[in-house]
Amino acid sequence: MKSPLVVEPLFYIGPVPITQPVVATWVIMAVMVLFSILLSRHLKQRPGRTQAVMELITGALDHQIEDVVQSDPAPYRVLIGTIFLFVLIANWSGMLPGVEPPTAHLETDAALALLVFAATLYHGVRSNGLVGYLKTFAEPTWIMIPLNLVEQITRTFSLIIRLFGNVMSGVFVIGIMLSLAGLLVPIPLMALDLLTGAVQAYIFAILGCVFIGAAVSEGRDTASQERSPS
Amino acid sequence: MTVEEISILSAAIAVSFGALGPGLGEGRAVAAALDAIARQPESAGTISRTLFVGLAMIETMAIYCLVVALLVLFANPFVK
Repeated sequence: MKSPLVVEPLFYIGPVPITQPVVATWVIMAVMVLFSILLSRHLKQRPGRTQAVMELITGALDHQIEDVVQSDPAPYRVLIGTIFLFVLIANWSGMLPGVEPPTAHLETDAALALLVFAATLYHGVRSNGLVGYLKTFAEPTWIMIPLNLVEQITRTFSLIIRLFGNVMSGVFVIGIMLSLAGLLVPIPLMALDLLTGAVQAYIFAILGCVFIGAAVSEGRDTASQERSPS
Repeated sequence: MTVEEISILSAAIAVSFGALGPGLGEGRAVAAALDAIARQPESAGTISRTLFVGLAMIETMAIYCLVVALLVLFANPFVK
């Protein structure tokens, strides 16, 4: 049986091997960019049907982000929304025949999780300043510094493994069912895969939001505590 | 027993025991969340979002076991 941890290269551009997940990622990116350009080209004050649907999705995203971060969702909308839509489309792309979801391979998930990690650092430093952000690692006492550092790494790692494990196990189970039973039998499992894919995309986005929100608000709490001597 | 046989057995044990704990934990979490929603239906949105994130955290333990099992089966360092 094919190992889920190894990816075979499809073709080579010069010395660089290009694998199937990379091609799938490029196609998804192209589709997303194309759709957003097409849909946002004729924005009107009185929205038509497609624009109303898009505004509904954006509004729902904004609402979720605002609930988690407890502040204006505008700085996080682009990153979190794009990650959510990309992971959702990537998870569901496995339903197309011949396509394996790119999120079923470790490398794509690692890239996404590193994006979230970088965004956590960026927003933490931007809202608290470098010193203020570094100070949040010594909360509540300086003894917690190593634990806080380890937490940063383990939660990024668990973000990778969670998405990879869920999507990959779905693909794997469908493959095993196909080799055992064949026609029409894996359909309930594929329906379950749709549900898992949506839930995992939601969880990935919300967890990224929680991490960024924690990095932003931890500093805010300590700053307000310093300002008001109790 | 050869290393391969031990690997297969240990992969099965890892997944079975790794699924046991998170299964119990998720059951308790869902029961508690349902209890809370029944008491306060107006805060169902917040509770279910927190529940989803918490379930994902718990489920990660089972997924870790699955990944360990896959490592043992497909990327075993002791099998040449």
